[in-house]
Amino acid sequence: MPILDHLWILLALPLLGSAINGLFGKNFSKTVVNSVAIGSVALAFLAAVEAVREFVQLPADQIPHVGTYFTWMVAGPFHVDFALQIDQLTVVMLMVVTFVGMLIHIYSTGYMAHEGGYYRFFSYLNLFMFFMLTLVLGANLIVMFVGWEGVGLCSYLLIGFWFLKKSAADAGKKAFITTRIGDFGFTVGLLLIFATFRSLDFQTIFKSLAANPVSEGVLTTICILLFTGAIGKSAQLPLYVWLPDAMEGPTPVSALIHAATMVTAGVYMVARMNPLFSRAPIAMLVVAIVGAITAFYSATIGIAQTDIKKVLAYSTVSQLGYMFLACGVGAYSAGIFHLMTHAFFKGLLFLAAGSVIHAMDGEQDMRKMGGLRKKIPITFWTMLIATLAIAGIPGFAGYFSKDAILEAAATGPHANFILWLLGVTGALITSFYMFRLIFLTFFGEPRFDEHKAHVHESPRSMTVPLMVLAFLSIFGGWFALPKMIGGANYFERFLAPVFGAAEAPPEPTSPSDALLHALLSWPVFVGLLGLLIACYLYLKRPDLPKKLAQSMRPLYTLIFNKYYVDEIYGFLIVRPLLWISTNVLWHVVDEGVIDGVVNGSAHLARLSGRQVRRLQSGNTRSYASWVLIGVVGFTVLLLALFVTGVH
Amino acid sequence: MSVVPVSYYLALSAVLFGLGVIAFVFKRNIITIFMSIELMLNAVNLAFVAFARAHNQLDGLVFVFFVIVVAAAEAAVGLAIVIMIAQNRQSLSVERMNLLKF
Repeated sequence: MPILDHLWILLALPLLGSAINGLFGKNFSKTVVNSVAIGSVALAFLAAVEAVREFVQLPADQIPHVGTYFTWMVAGPFHVDFALQIDQLTVVMLMVVTFVGMLIHIYSTGYMAHEGGYYRFFSYLNLFMFFMLTLVLGANLIVMFVGWEGVGLCSYLLIGFWFLKKSAADAGKKAFITTRIGDFGFTVGLLLIFATFRSLDFQTIFKSLAANPVSEGVLTTICILLFTGAIGKSAQLPLYVWLPDAMEGPTPVSALIHAATMVTAGVYMVARMNPLFSRAPIAMLVVAIVGAITAFYSATIGIAQTDIKKVLAYSTVSQLGYMFLACGVGAYSAGIFHLMTHAFFKGLLFLAAGSVIHAMDGEQDMRKMGGLRKKIPITFWTMLIATLAIAGIPGFAGYFSKDAILEAAATGPHANFILWLLGVTGALITSFYMFRLIFLTFFGEPRFDEHKAHVHESPRSMTVPLMVLAFLSIFGGWFALPKMIGGANYFERFLAPVFGAAEAPPEPTSPSDALLHALLSWPVFVGLLGLLIACYLYLKRPDLPKKLAQSMRPLYTLIFNKYYVDEIYGFLIVRPLLWISTNVLWHVVDEGVIDGVVNGSAHLARLSGRQVRRLQSGNTRSYASWVLIGVVGFTVLLLALFVTGVH
Repeated sequence: MSVVPVSYYLALSAVLFGLGVIAFVFKRNIITIFMSIELMLNAVNLAFVAFARAHNQLDGLVFVFFVIVVAAAEAAVGLAIVIMIAQNRQSLSVERMNLLKF
């Protein structure tokens, strides 16, 4: 089985593409840059498809399939191989990352066509693919961590792609520094795992966990530390603040990194470490609570945002919250399922938003849009499909995954009514703000100068990825369809070897009951309710939202300003830090201690030199006297040593 | 025939060396200083010869020849320098050769 034995090819392809474009791309024409960038990712996708085809033929006892390529570091008992593995969870991630990544590369050729630094953009994008694949393919925590940090680096580079714009450069730094806080916990977690299991290899850890009982306290600590990393990377409360700012980057980047792939790395990591989490109920509860609160909280912020990308950013934070809620209540496969469908519909939403922005010549404020439905029909229809998907309207992808999560929160082994209620309320708000976005952007009267703005549909390279993703936003959820008609859930069954021990088998129900239950469930109801409210407020009575905002001014202001979280962080953390840095670290430590040591030693040398140079009198006889004194001194010393040596 | 003990030679050598050192430090004339160096070298030669004789070995004598050769070379170079100094400075006093200081 060739490619399974050479999984590194999957990594090498995008890395090569990145290197070629990064080193030589400056002199390439756009066509060459395009073919290198898209070619490398498309080949990686084909290689991934081939790997999956070979993978499904493997006998069950050879899964996960691990390929060890070389020993990376050895220090006493610490041994790390450069090893890649593929199992069912990896297969899902691999398909999502390479396929969505490829579509977004294609889309970018249209979106970025008029931008400077074209080759640089694609070099970064390919580099991101390399690190993301390292993250999902890594067979031990260290290789995974390399990918984990690497995608963070690429995120930083791409958010700050327009680095001459201060807000973009700042947003890049904010993303990097905020995730670093989480990564600190993650790193400590890795050390604790090594201290506990004497290994960082996934399979070794899980086997040793199954063989020897580890105290629950240690496991809880490990899991919470790991989850801290996930909080940073996947933008959960309280470290979510970087993701909305990350919208400063080009829109394809928002779609690829900050919606479909990188931000889901935290969910992937928690799912990957599920044997640990499942033995630490307190950590599970923490994951679920953080997820549910984030899902609800950031959805409320989405209501009042006016920037089309900011709405989607808060929506992403909220949807990631659902994924963590799923993991926290033990429904890992539902979480990964939502990860997958979310990659489709949220990637699509961002790309469609990018298409809208492209059509409006860079305008992102929804208050200045309106009536775009007829002018950019492909964008409109695809975005509508994605919105129906995220709102959880039956038949669309998001419905299946969100329903599975809320179902697990309501009836699963770790069910919790409050978490379920938060999730359902969040779903209502999600549906509302998403349809608000659609109605504000595409319906009503145009609120821009139609003579000035040349609204135009995007080129083929952008609309084709939109249509492919729209297709997946509908049918991507049907992997789980058989459950509705009484069969087993394909997706859950496929992932069972990874999560099997952690998840309870679904109870068999009769087909008609299940269908009825599913169609009449709360998520469907609140999804439709959100649609109706948005429809009433923004189509029937467009004057009403303003009046409502007037009548609830304090609440509206609070939400409009995102609960002032950035300001609070600025006041509580950034300002004291700046004060300490300026007044202690700069003026005292740097200028006083460090500069003092350097200047002091120079001063000392000058002072001693001034005294010692008096010996250099220029008087030959005084030199001769010094020589004499030296000789006599040495002779006496030698004699003394000789005499004491003899006796 | 009585044999002069080696300690006598050594004492003479030490006295000659000490005279050389004292002359080197206290004299001002370069030529005299030069001569005191020769005196010290020959004091050392005397000690070498005395030891060679006492131990009945040739090594000390070989050393003496080396010292004489080196001293001859040194005298050639040194006297050339002295002539240059005398021409440039119109003086042979070391007191006046004090430019190599800070």
